[in-house]
Amino acid sequence: MITVNHYMALSAILFVIGVVGVLTRRNILIVMMSIELMLNAANLLFVTFARQTGDMTGHVFVFMVMAVAAAEAAVGLAITLALFKNRETVDIDEVNLLKG
Amino acid sequence: MWGLEHIWLIPILPLVGAAINGLVGFRISKQAVGVVAVGSTGLSFLVALTAFGNLLGLDPEHRIIKSVLFTWIQAGSFTADAVLQVDPLSALFMMTVTGVGFLIHVYSVGYMGHDAGYPRYFAYLNLFMFSMLMLVLGGNFLLMFIGWEGVGLCSYLLIGYYYEKKSASDAGKKAFVMNRIGDFGFLLAIMWIFWTFGSIDYTTVFPAAHDKLAAGGFAVTAITLLLFLGATGKSAQIPLYTWLPDAMEGPTPVSALIHAATMVTAGVYMVARCNALFNLAPTTMMIVALIGATTAIFAATMGLYQFDIKRVLAYSTVSQLGYMFLACGVGAYVAAVFHVMTHAFFKACLFLGSGSVIHGMSGEQDMRQMGGLSKKMPMTHMTFLISTLAIAGIPPLAGFFSKDEILLSAFLGHTPGHLVYWGMATIAAGLTAFYMFRLYYMTFTGQLRAQDHHVRDHVHESPQVMTTPLAILAFLAAIGGFLGLPMIEGGHALKNFLEPVFAAPGHSGGGHDVSVEMELMLMGVSVGMGVMGILIARYFYNVKPEAATELLKIGPLKSLYTLMQDKYYVDEIYDALIVRPIIAVSDKGLWRFFDAKVIDGLVNFAATFFMGLGAMFRTAQTGLTRSYAYAMVFGGVFLAGFWLFLSNGK
Amino acid sequence: MEILMFNLFGGLAVAFALGTIISKRPVNSAISLIGTMFCLAGLFAMQDAHLIATLQILVYAGAIMVLFLFVIMLLNLREKVGAESRRQPFWQLLAVVVAGALFAPLVAFGGGKWLGFKNVAPDFGSTAAVGRLLYTSYILPFEIASVLLLAALVGAVILTKTKLR
Repeated sequence: MITVNHYMALSAILFVIGVVGVLTRRNILIVMMSIELMLNAANLLFVTFARQTGDMTGHVFVFMVMAVAAAEAAVGLAITLALFKNRETVDIDEVNLLKG
Repeated sequence: MWGLEHIWLIPILPLVGAAINGLVGFRISKQAVGVVAVGSTGLSFLVALTAFGNLLGLDPEHRIIKSVLFTWIQAGSFTADAVLQVDPLSALFMMTVTGVGFLIHVYSVGYMGHDAGYPRYFAYLNLFMFSMLMLVLGGNFLLMFIGWEGVGLCSYLLIGYYYEKKSASDAGKKAFVMNRIGDFGFLLAIMWIFWTFGSIDYTTVFPAAHDKLAAGGFAVTAITLLLFLGATGKSAQIPLYTWLPDAMEGPTPVSALIHAATMVTAGVYMVARCNALFNLAPTTMMIVALIGATTAIFAATMGLYQFDIKRVLAYSTVSQLGYMFLACGVGAYVAAVFHVMTHAFFKACLFLGSGSVIHGMSGEQDMRQMGGLSKKMPMTHMTFLISTLAIAGIPPLAGFFSKDEILLSAFLGHTPGHLVYWGMATIAAGLTAFYMFRLYYMTFTGQLRAQDHHVRDHVHESPQVMTTPLAILAFLAAIGGFLGLPMIEGGHALKNFLEPVFAAPGHSGGGHDVSVEMELMLMGVSVGMGVMGILIARYFYNVKPEAATELLKIGPLKSLYTLMQDKYYVDEIYDALIVRPIIAVSDKGLWRFFDAKVIDGLVNFAATFFMGLGAMFRTAQTGLTRSYAYAMVFGGVFLAGFWLFLSNGK
Repeated sequence: MEILMFNLFGGLAVAFALGTIISKRPVNSAISLIGTMFCLAGLFAMQDAHLIATLQILVYAGAIMVLFLFVIMLLNLREKVGAESRRQPFWQLLAVVVAGALFAPLVAFGGGKWLGFKNVAPDFGSTAAVGRLLYTSYILPFEIASVLLLAALVGAVILTKTKLR
């Protein structure tokens, strides 16, 4: 029997993997992908709860999350490109001009 | 009663004169400046004269007029009005100050006529008159203190009048600082009086004195000693007298007015005014008498061998002030005030006369350059002679009456050690006669010793604007003593006049229980000392001048002579013991250590502390995205855990 | 059957996710992520979220990840071998610890109960049903989402513009 808890656990595992990815990797693209992973974990949880309660609001939420993720990916990648043009690197440890 | 209703005019008129001369003096003509200065003082004198006349017209019991101008301070339980009080004591001083002050103003017109700072001089002089009149007319300790400080300030301004000369400005500073030491004592005394009596008004404090203060107790002794400390500063007694000889750096009329006739007598006025307090403290009275007598003889010895004509007169002033305090110390306040008055006359005359001599000698002040001036300066000579006889105590001139009364009171007084004081004062009288006549003989008799041709050719009598005040003062020095008649059997005009101020339970202001023969004998002793002094001076300085130099070649006499001439090295002792240590502490201790290291250190520490704190916090700003991400995750974990904890607790 | 599907899709999703964060090459990471998304789409389909599953593949895997791949290829990064800092293992360990600390509360919200699924209507999760909801109750967020996309579009263009000579 698959219960809500199974899905919750799975979502949690995926989310945590995403967090580790964000904190550990230095390549900015990998970081962004980890963020997508986290968002996906959240989506899974939404869908699960929507199915559990029978309310489709969860699906609408997922819809919105996807839209926002798309926007965020687009802008983030544009920033990465601008960063690369300026600094010739995508290593986030090297963009530390705000150090102070 | 017009005068008594307008008492406030008396101090205010000179103040207005000072304001005019101070603010616009340099823009108006020299004659105008003189008119403003002399006129304001003269008008003040006239008002004072009217008030004095009014006062005499009143009953002796009612001769105390208070004129409240306005309520000045009202802070909690402390109230102080701006109140002027005219009673016999203040009236006497008021007349002396305005009268002699007026004459000196007139004299100054001539003496300072060529000086560039003419308006400044008269502004300061008028300001001084204002302060002195506030001092003597004030009805409570606050106004007296204001006048006290004011005369100290004007003394500083006027001593350092020739401020471009370093010795003059140093002398001004010295006078002011020594005054301040005395003022400290005075101020403490005023505060203590307020604490005891709840008021600083004369009419409240003095009648209640013997109720609130235990006779001979610690409080009243302390208060009176502190008051006397102020008096020693202002009136140049031991130990605060060294500023007075240096104060001769100022213009001669200033020396006459401030350091002979008026400011230095402020201490005597204060002690006389507070006689109700002093009568309750026999220990202080003894100290006052002791210091008075000691100063009298000590200063006299220092004046024996000075060569600067003004210095001799300065030491003479210190010595005569000693007499006045001696009188106060034995309870003879009337005698003290009497001597104040006569001293004002003859000392002012002497100083102005010396100014005339200096003026005639083209600025020369050393007596060794003078001589034989009697022919060239007859008027000056005559007035000077009269005043010198007066100070030597020769009857029937004024000095005899007042000095003799002091000696008599000392002889008969009840203060412990009074006979010793009498002995010291009598010897000092002889010394006084000696050095004054030494001055006279060296200056006016014999041949002119000056070598400078310019000086020799220009010896001349002073203009009338200077000699007329001299004449008036000499006249007063001659007849002023008659206020002390009749002398025998105690009681005389002045005493009766001043009785209400000094009458206190158990005292009669200096009445004498003594036989006529005793009085005459004492008189004879003092006059004899005076005559002896004159004769000795005549021998050494007129008849056989070489004898003096010969005598002083003898070993022990020579060292004694040097000792006296170098003023017993008191100045040097003060310098080493007090001045240098204070400067050292201020420089090395307070400035270099405390101010630079401690205070600056504290301030700098505050700055560095916050800089350090900021540096500590700055380490969080790594600029690394990852550390910021970490921070966010940490925060998220913390919140989640917190929420979990809360929900579990429910 | 259901258990098998869940285990399959779930396990693969986790495996691909780990692959994403572990790979040294960005391209490998991207491909792994695409794999994760396919698995998730399967999980969505298992939960009768048909529209969402389709959208997941179309939008996420098909558009967003393609965009990522474009940028990766555009940047043409050279991997810096051994460029990791000396303290990297520490950070990694710390990250795992922190993540673990995060895991606990996330799971614990279940409250210890096993929750089951309700029975739902036949058209649950269908396009028509979701669309109906979207265009009536949630029309405002829908419109704002479109504005958001417009803003992202404009922003992306401006950020990468080069100055024209």
